[in-house]
Amino acid sequence: MSRRDRMSGNEAVATAIRQIGPDVIAAFPITPSTEIPQYISSYKSDGLIDTEFVAVESEHSAMSACIGASAAGVRAMTATSSAGMALMYELLYVAASDRLPIVMAAVNRALTGPININADHSDSMGARDSGWIQLYSENAQEAYDNMLMAHRIAEHPDVLLPLMVCQDGFITSHAVENIVIEDDELVKSFVGEYRPEKYLLNPRESLGVGPYSVSAFYMEIKRQQFEAMSKARAVVAAVSAEFSALTGREYGMLEKYRMDDADLAVLLMSSSAGTGKDAVDRLREKGVKAGLVKLRVFRPFPEDDLVEALKDVKALGIMDKSDGFSGCGGPLGAETRSALYGRADGVKTVNYVYGLGGRDARVEDFEALFEELGRLRDGESLPRCRHHGMRE
Amino acid sequence: MSGKNLMEKITPASGWRELTVGAAVYGEGNSVFFNTGEWRSEDPAWYADKCRHCLLCFPVCPDSSIPVVGGKRRDFDFGHCKGCGICAKVCPFGAISMSAAEKEAAK
Repeated sequence: MSRRDRMSGNEAVATAIRQIGPDVIAAFPITPSTEIPQYISSYKSDGLIDTEFVAVESEHSAMSACIGASAAGVRAMTATSSAGMALMYELLYVAASDRLPIVMAAVNRALTGPININADHSDSMGARDSGWIQLYSENAQEAYDNMLMAHRIAEHPDVLLPLMVCQDGFITSHAVENIVIEDDELVKSFVGEYRPEKYLLNPRESLGVGPYSVSAFYMEIKRQQFEAMSKARAVVAAVSAEFSALTGREYGMLEKYRMDDADLAVLLMSSSAGTGKDAVDRLREKGVKAGLVKLRVFRPFPEDDLVEALKDVKALGIMDKSDGFSGCGGPLGAETRSALYGRADGVKTVNYVYGLGGRDARVEDFEALFEELGRLRDGESLPRCRHHGMRE
Repeated sequence: MSGKNLMEKITPASGWRELTVGAAVYGEGNSVFFNTGEWRSEDPAWYADKCRHCLLCFPVCPDSSIPVVGGKRRDFDFGHCKGCGICAKVCPFGAISMSAAEKEAAK
């Protein structure tokens, strides 16, 4: 039986990891993800899990240890944030190209500098081209649920890619919320045993992982990764449907909130979706046709689903919680506009950079933004990109 | 060493579907199928008349390019020797010499 509980996002994810019981966890503490390996250490000391916990000396080593463990043939996991993820970057690419289904609990935090420990998406957006699947979670429940689905997606034979489950630092990771926790046995049967086809510790078959690849082969190996990431779309959908049937909690590539007849909409990821939905409700009471789309899966990028969800909107605010420093907007803005181009050219867009370094995005901020989108719809000319929720 | 090249079907003409997942290498002993001898900068020469078959040379060869059969060494495996010269350094009897000139002379 599932049970109701109160938990922070970090505890929810640690609980999921306890229920999954991975073989190896290698992690190094960094705010705000530190609690996750802390909980795991406690579970280990209390005899609740038989996971091998490797207390490494850096995140570079954490990901290296995960790669070694995963190549050996076991489930390997880690948790990190911000500069910790940045220190893993080199190995993130190795994990993806070696096709190792490592799962990471990522707790989003701004990258230094200036030094800052609060939420934004600059860490995982920096890793967006590393070949990892990325799921973004609105709240503790979604972080928990995404973690329960993570291995099924990553380890699928059509996929075999590493996956990170992202949640917003402090806002989600440390705030305590009501949550439904599934029964241990149900989780174990849903996630299942990991039985890789090829692995280093197989005494019956020799294997070499991660060889040097000359230019005659490198591009074909990258083409394989493209194929795996493309096929991951269908696998995410299938695993999510199975999870929904089991728990009653619906997940897709994205969530549409009051979008049926929406004129004005915002597109965003993670915790601000809850605030944005409140603003949509308030505006709906005033007769404004406002809606919201929350992207759950950023990698693979679900461009067909986005076009379908956004094609009838008149004015769209695409909200990036990292700048990207292209000088013309953030990564979600660039990729969403690319998806819409030629397929939904009637949608007017502004790319908003917001919420950097833990800057609050309040209901009032969303209301002001929707007011602006209303003017965009009515023909006013607005800049293609601007920063929202800051002092001029 | 299996002596069987499980990767032989994979060539620079193979399409991306024909390559192993993640470029993994299946089977052991594949390095013998990779001719590192093409990189050789200097050629070793082995003088059989001076050699006492003390076998100090073969364990220090980084490329396993000194074949030993029945307790006696044979001439170099030029398909894999990179010409590092460690064998010549350890030989107490002057039975190995290194030179680029010998490479030319051998041609």
